[in-house]
Amino acid sequence: MKYGIVILSHSPKIAAGVHDLIEQAAPSISITFAGGTEDNEIGSSLEKIQKAFEDNQGDQLLAFYDLGSSKMNLEMYMEMTDLNIHKYDVALVEGAYTAATLAEIESPLASIEQSLAKLKIK
Amino acid sequence: MTITLEQATKWINLFIEKLEQNRSTLNELDTAIGDGDHGTNMDRGAKAIKEALAKKTPADLSELFKTVAFAIIQKVGGASGPLYGTAFLDMSKEAKSESDLAKLIGVGSDGIKRRGQSDVKMKTMIDVWDPTSQALANGQLTKEDVNNYLNSTKDMVATKGRASYLEQKSKGHLDPGSQSSAYLFDALLEAMGA
Repeated sequence: MKYGIVILSHSPKIAAGVHDLIEQAAPSISITFAGGTEDNEIGSSLEKIQKAFEDNQGDQLLAFYDLGSSKMNLEMYMEMTDLNIHKYDVALVEGAYTAATLAEIESPLASIEQSLAKLKIK
Repeated sequence: MTITLEQATKWINLFIEKLEQNRSTLNELDTAIGDGDHGTNMDRGAKAIKEALAKKTPADLSELFKTVAFAIIQKVGGASGPLYGTAFLDMSKEAKSESDLAKLIGVGSDGIKRRGQSDVKMKTMIDVWDPTSQALANGQLTKEDVNNYLNSTKDMVATKGRASYLEQKSKGHLDPGSQSSAYLFDALLEAMGA
């Protein structure tokens, strides 16, 4: 089992920033991200989200998002794909960082999820 | 009452017109309790639908709804993208074997509830979609009804969507998604000749 992490944000800068941050904690994990609309405005793009998942090298994909329409687009994508995606309703930065740290040391999914449960905010 | 491809095409074209004409109204409503871009987003969606329909004339009802769904999903950007997109995508699937208007709108309404994890009285577009689908099922829907559904959102406190962050302050404003949904159903009534 190979983990991958996917970051989704309304803001291209937040998505890229969270990626940069958690990459430090997980240099060997595939981390991809989608931020903003097609035109890099604030918003969410299903096409970008699709690309972030398809580009990811992991086979168990842990997905983190920020606001409403990122979540809705993510859920719409999950209905359309066969990829193994796990969506977490947790604080974006802290959740992604926690998952990255634990994925890097190959923790079992159950224990990653146990740690993430404490960060559930939505 | 069933809906034909011709009626549905007219419906979508009228909806596009209304979105283009009311872009600033929707933006203003959204400025009061959201991020001010609902009109801009829906107008972008309207133009994308128009472009997609000009490129390829849909062969049946299902294809028409699918074209609308994809244009909205790809271009709208805000929360209304996945919400309207899911409604039309689910309606497209249903329309493969169903042309009853009330059933189609009901399926669309359920799609929005699923996508937004929302229900009536949360001050969302569901407050227009849900009673509209019920009125259609009872064989009676008028523009006045649609307007009443829309106005019912004014005094609601939002518990879903961006407006919910405002809590009590969301009261006293129409819900922008309900307004665009009211345009959708006004357009539907016009297309059906009511």
